Amino acid sequence: MALLKSNKVISCLGNISPSLGVLSTRNSSWWGGVQMGPPDPILGVTEAFKRDTNPKKMNLGVGAYRDDKGKPFVLSCVRKAEALIAAKQLDKEYLPIGGLGDFTKACAQLALGANNEVLSSGRNITVQTISGTGSLRIGANFLSRFHGGSRDVYLPKPSWGNHTPIFRDAGMQLKAYRYYDPSTCGFDFRGALEDISKIPEQSVILLHACAHNPTGVDPKQEQWKEISDIVKKRNLLVFFDMAYQGFASGDIDRDAWAVRYFIEQGHNILLSQSFAKNMGLYGERVGGFTVVCKDIEESKRVESQLKILIRPIYSNPPMNGARIATTILNTPELRLLWLEEVHGMANRIIKMREQLVAGLKKSGSSHNWQHVIDQIGMFCFTGLKPEQVERLTKEFSVYMTKDGRISMAGISSGNVGYLAEGIHAVTK
Amino acid sequence: MSLFADVPQAPPVAVFKLTADFREDSHPQKVNLGVGAYRTDDCLPWVLPVVKKVERLIVEDNSLNHEYLPILGLPEFRSAASKVALGDDSPAIKDNRVGGVQALGGTGALRIGAEFLRRWYNGVNNTSTPIYVSAPTWENHNGVFADAGFKDIRPYHYWDAAKRGLDLTGLLDDLEKAPEHSVFVLHACAHNPTGTDPTQEEWKKIAEIMKRRKLFVFFDSAYQGFASGNLDKDAWAIRYFVSEEFELFVAQSFSKNFGLYNERVGNLTVVAKDNENLTRILSQMEKIVRTTWSNPPSQGARVVSKTLNCPELFAEWKGNVKTMADRVLFMRDELKSKLQALGTPGTWDHITQQIGMFSFTGLNPKQVEFMIKEKHVYLMASGRINMCGLTTKNIDYIAQAIHEAVTKVQ
Repeated sequence: MALLKSNKVISCLGNISPSLGVLSTRNSSWWGGVQMGPPDPILGVTEAFKRDTNPKKMNLGVGAYRDDKGKPFVLSCVRKAEALIAAKQLDKEYLPIGGLGDFTKACAQLALGANNEVLSSGRNITVQTISGTGSLRIGANFLSRFHGGSRDVYLPKPSWGNHTPIFRDAGMQLKAYRYYDPSTCGFDFRGALEDISKIPEQSVILLHACAHNPTGVDPKQEQWKEISDIVKKRNLLVFFDMAYQGFASGDIDRDAWAVRYFIEQGHNILLSQSFAKNMGLYGERVGGFTVVCKDIEESKRVESQLKILIRPIYSNPPMNGARIATTILNTPELRLLWLEEVHGMANRIIKMREQLVAGLKKSGSSHNWQHVIDQIGMFCFTGLKPEQVERLTKEFSVYMTKDGRISMAGISSGNVGYLAEGIHAVTK
Repeated sequence: MSLFADVPQAPPVAVFKLTADFREDSHPQKVNLGVGAYRTDDCLPWVLPVVKKVERLIVEDNSLNHEYLPILGLPEFRSAASKVALGDDSPAIKDNRVGGVQALGGTGALRIGAEFLRRWYNGVNNTSTPIYVSAPTWENHNGVFADAGFKDIRPYHYWDAAKRGLDLTGLLDDLEKAPEHSVFVLHACAHNPTGTDPTQEEWKKIAEIMKRRKLFVFFDSAYQGFASGNLDKDAWAIRYFVSEEFELFVAQSFSKNFGLYNERVGNLTVVAKDNENLTRILSQMEKIVRTTWSNPPSQGARVVSKTLNCPELFAEWKGNVKTMADRVLFMRDELKSKLQALGTPGTWDHITQQIGMFSFTGLNPKQVEFMIKEKHVYLMASGRINMCGLTTKNIDYIAQAIHEAVTKVQ
């Protein structure tokens, strides 16, 4: 079908290039029918922020940690690891398709706990991926190709904006289960259980392991137990997205509790991990994808198929970030330093939550802002409506996503008062 | 019953299996002529001196952090990379109708380009557009386009085994007969695996037919600088097509010419009719990138960008590239001389006529098996050897091995 024969395309060309009266194949482009893509809702916020000239502007969009001066934070353990690596003068030969072996091992251990039976029996396959996004995409592609049971992936409502297009591009279909309760700004436990109990067997259910994005609302342990029971009853395939291990409570093991509990309960899960936030390695693209299999034999078959999926996307993953992560995880004093620094980042966020609520009270707000403190991790679902968000952006140069999500990491003791005033102004 | 009980064991990727087998071999004279990575005359990987220098600068620069790159990548990398392919004085760049998408190596650039074409080329979501790849070609080309959703991937005549050269007649015939709007994946230089490139006159003939038949040009440029040792010479075909006003894609890899294999540095250069089309194209590229890897890795792009954008470093880099290309050229000369001196049956001119990292020796699968099993010289079943695996220390052994393979095995 030639591009120029489509009537839809011709009218499109007419709108885009009014001067193209007569379509001449010699002079027209292949791409006349390509529509302008909308800006990415999350990353687009940063772009708009950059264009703003207001000195008081705040970027509460993308979830990248900032220190109390609002600056990007390169962890000391990362700098130390980089120095160690530089001294080794390593070569730059291709990594295996599945990534750096030492990295995948350390990555799986971090998530599951070093003593996990899954690791000792070798029944997991863990591959290095292009951070969390790359991990989710490999997982989605794998499901699309090999999960005959269902094409449906159930996401919590709401979920990270990019989950939907990732699974869709991989050929899966998206459905949802209730999760966030706007009336309490908390977890809709009853609603979640009701919805999950109706999910058709063998469907895929995606769970945020900790620090739910965008709401910051996590189930309590007792609630996780009930979720696990009902997921088991419904025979659902569990896909955990863990992008914030360490960032939620400040404790690595605590944040991985749900993942480990589910495995203990017999769920053979899929797991995506990211080191973007907890190691501050955002741009180095460090992540892992794990499939917990029935046994080691199955894990070998699954591994071989993951490689077949990976090779035609990017052949093999990048070394730099994985090397840094591995060095940190496997060098005792660096690992300790890292745990301290993660704890420090989580604590600063918790402090900002407290200060924001205090600031709102001080501004005279009569609303209940307890959820700001109860929510956990990098994000806070303020409960602001789109119109209020728009005002906050237009009048106060505070940038956030339309759903009312703010990245706590973008708040500092220097601007938390300004933010409180702004939020109060648009909500009173 | 496991959900994955029916997942079949996939065959290993051939080129990596070869290296794995090589590693396990304990024979003292074993040689790996498989995967395409440069080796020094001591058969060691070579981190380019300019890369070492720039990496040190990066590690010592405390003003640098690890923040996310933009979705399309590091801007100064993208523009410098496209400039390297199209030339400093490229009219297309002056017209502001050239854009880059930083990608994970050449593979990543090909995949993003393929995903874009499947969504937006020749209609919307047209998975039946024929994709033509050379016979033979890099084995991953098929996988990239197939996984991007294309259903009809076809070979075009390329290698003439009988004359050990380009089957120009077959190639031109395929171009004439291809359905309009078919996509052709062209190797910009140093064809992988044959090392056989069209001459400038042959490229002109190819371009003429492609323009007339409205075929889409998708260049794979993984060896710029590596083929002749000269960046501009190796980019001649790309620049010719651009001067002929084609809208085209170029998947660039900096794995080989920067020796940055494991940092995954690539760039998809898009040459569009005008800036307006380019803008819309790039906006859709962003959407594809966002669901694949969100944004690309920063380290390798920083190294390449710093190098390309600084005149002294750029000159140093060109010198490093020439070092690699020259060693390969020397090994080609040596191998041909030694085979001739041994009186190995057949003509061996193709060894020096072919260009780039690889040589299609002409050895058949049985002879290849002999080479691997009996002589512990590892090469691809196609007879492809990586010239970089040859050194002054092992070339006699290898020439002897080839001689025996040709004389003992039919």
